[in-house]
Amino acid sequence: MSDIIVENLSKTFLSKDGTVEALKNVNLEIHSGDIYGIIGMSGAGKSTLVRCLNYLEVPTEGRVLIDGKPLSSFSEKELRAERQSIGMIFQHFNLLMQKSVEANVCFPMQIKGKSRADARKRAAELLELVGLSEKRKSYPAQLSGGQKQRVAIARALAMDPKILLCDEATSALDPQTTVQILELLKEINQKYGITIVIITHQMSVVRAICSHVAILKDGEVAETGLVSDIFAHPKTQVAKELLRNDVGNDVQMKAPDGAKTKDKIQHGEIIRIVFSENSAFEPVIANMMLTFQEPVNILKADTKNVGGVAKGEMILQFRKHSQKKEEMKQYLLDRGLAVGEAPEYV
Amino acid sequence: MFEELMKPQTIDMILKGIRETLYMTLFSTLLGYVFGLPMGVLLTISDEGGLWPHKLLYKVLDVIVNIVRSIPFLILLIVLIPFTRFVTGKGYGPTATVVSLTVAAIPFIARVVESSLKEVDAGVIEAAKSMGAGTFRIVWKVLLVEARTSLIVNATIVVGTILGYSAMAGTVGGGGLGDIAVRYGYYRYEVGIMIVTVVLLVLLVQIFQTIGMLIARRLDRRRTGTGAAE
Ligand SMILES: Nc1ncnc2c1ncn2[C@@H]1O[C@H](COP(=O)(O)OP(=O)(O)OP(=O)(O)O)[C@@H](O)[C@H]1O
Ligand SMILES: [Mg+2]
Repeated sequence: MSDIIVENLSKTFLSKDGTVEALKNVNLEIHSGDIYGIIGMSGAGKSTLVRCLNYLEVPTEGRVLIDGKPLSSFSEKELRAERQSIGMIFQHFNLLMQKSVEANVCFPMQIKGKSRADARKRAAELLELVGLSEKRKSYPAQLSGGQKQRVAIARALAMDPKILLCDEATSALDPQTTVQILELLKEINQKYGITIVIITHQMSVVRAICSHVAILKDGEVAETGLVSDIFAHPKTQVAKELLRNDVGNDVQMKAPDGAKTKDKIQHGEIIRIVFSENSAFEPVIANMMLTFQEPVNILKADTKNVGGVAKGEMILQFRKHSQKKEEMKQYLLDRGLAVGEAPEYV
Repeated sequence: MFEELMKPQTIDMILKGIRETLYMTLFSTLLGYVFGLPMGVLLTISDEGGLWPHKLLYKVLDVIVNIVRSIPFLILLIVLIPFTRFVTGKGYGPTATVVSLTVAAIPFIARVVESSLKEVDAGVIEAAKSMGAGTFRIVWKVLLVEARTSLIVNATIVVGTILGYSAMAGTVGGGGLGDIAVRYGYYRYEVGIMIVTVVLLVLLVQIFQTIGMLIARRLDRRRTGTGAAE
């Protein structure tokens, strides 16, 4: 129900050292319920673009339409009301440092004029959702980066938004925490049907959760489309480049201590896993290694990676005497993979 | 040289001096904040890139603050005598001094408030805007709250400075400990009384400083660990 349409959007900044054309004739169509990635190198204009989507930045030219209504037609007051239905999260979390976790989550509800009791009740539900119920009375300085971002997500959801804008929301987090936050965003998208716009410079983030992507280069849209299409047939140089930097990111991630996986693993049980249509949208093996902090050996990988969905099969070998073997198998099963024996490898 | 000190009337005089100094300092700091705090807020938000940019307003406030701040306090005190007399009916004494102290305090306070508020992370302000918060709410619920520690620390510096000014006002019959120090130490060579008043002035500054820092620290939630939770 919440489409975002960007039409011929340009933004030029005037500064002392001349003008900067941060965005040039950008056109985008983001459909309700999408997880839409906007990717580009530093300085490409990603932050400027996302700030135009809620008019924190007013475009020099062009229009932004939310559900068919151009933001330029809103008065300042109407715009503020509209922003309450567009949540935003940031790279550096931007929490109120002098307020408790609960007060941070209540803040947008106070702006909306909710009573204190109602706000507290809703905050409790949201903190439950993001898994931080017991940190209700803590202050942001006492939380880890991942926890801070969860608070920020709860705060953004407190407004019952139809759209969630994420500007480099995982860029300050380690890979494991990144995966957890992306999973949470995905859950929110599915549970509440909130349209999510994800700004990032990492292809792995796009690959992990986005359905659509726009590639931004020097303020211009180089390419847009389904993530699966762009991964399969990148048309532009910049898309190819971003993909090249990302190749095999999901299967060749290093073991946590940085050592090469292969050299360190002693021979243990070998299994076959099969990826199918239903498999999760994420770099499963890398996430598993990160989650369990234990490397596995990939003996054979015959998979195609299409839009973040792996198809095909893989032969994995666990560490000898692995304590976490069964848990890891369950992890794979939970993500829609078939796990079986691999007799030919024993 | 200390006999004079032990006399009951001397002790009474010093106690009265302490009372007057406290009265002048605290009252003019309070009045100073009544006007200086809003002025500091306006300086912050009307500046370029602020919440409510307004070039002309910023320039006017900026110039006023700079002019008053660059006049040495003693001269301001003398220049203001007619104004003081108009407001309080008297050109000297503690209440009259409060007027000049307040005039000196307002721009000083506006400046320190501005510097505290400008320390607030732009990201937090951006987040509040993204939630649809208006300017007034952002000032009240974000700027002033996030800058709380810095505002309190600066307030203790303000109190110390105003206390120093109040002592200076003593040279022109402003009352308080400064007055005593000048009358006895400078005109009558009563070194004992002068030393006592100076020590008392230093002690007062120390006490305010300690209390201020304690409050600031207690209210700061940015440190991990103790004090913050619960
Ligand atoms: N307020 C501003 N005034 C002047 N120039 C600006 C302003 N904001 C952004 N720019 C310029 O616009 C261009 C795009 O900036 P933007 O922050 O949108 O890039 P980005 O893609 O988000 O980069 P990063 O990945 O480093 O965050 C840059 O050249 C930047 O210097
Ligand atoms: Mg950016």
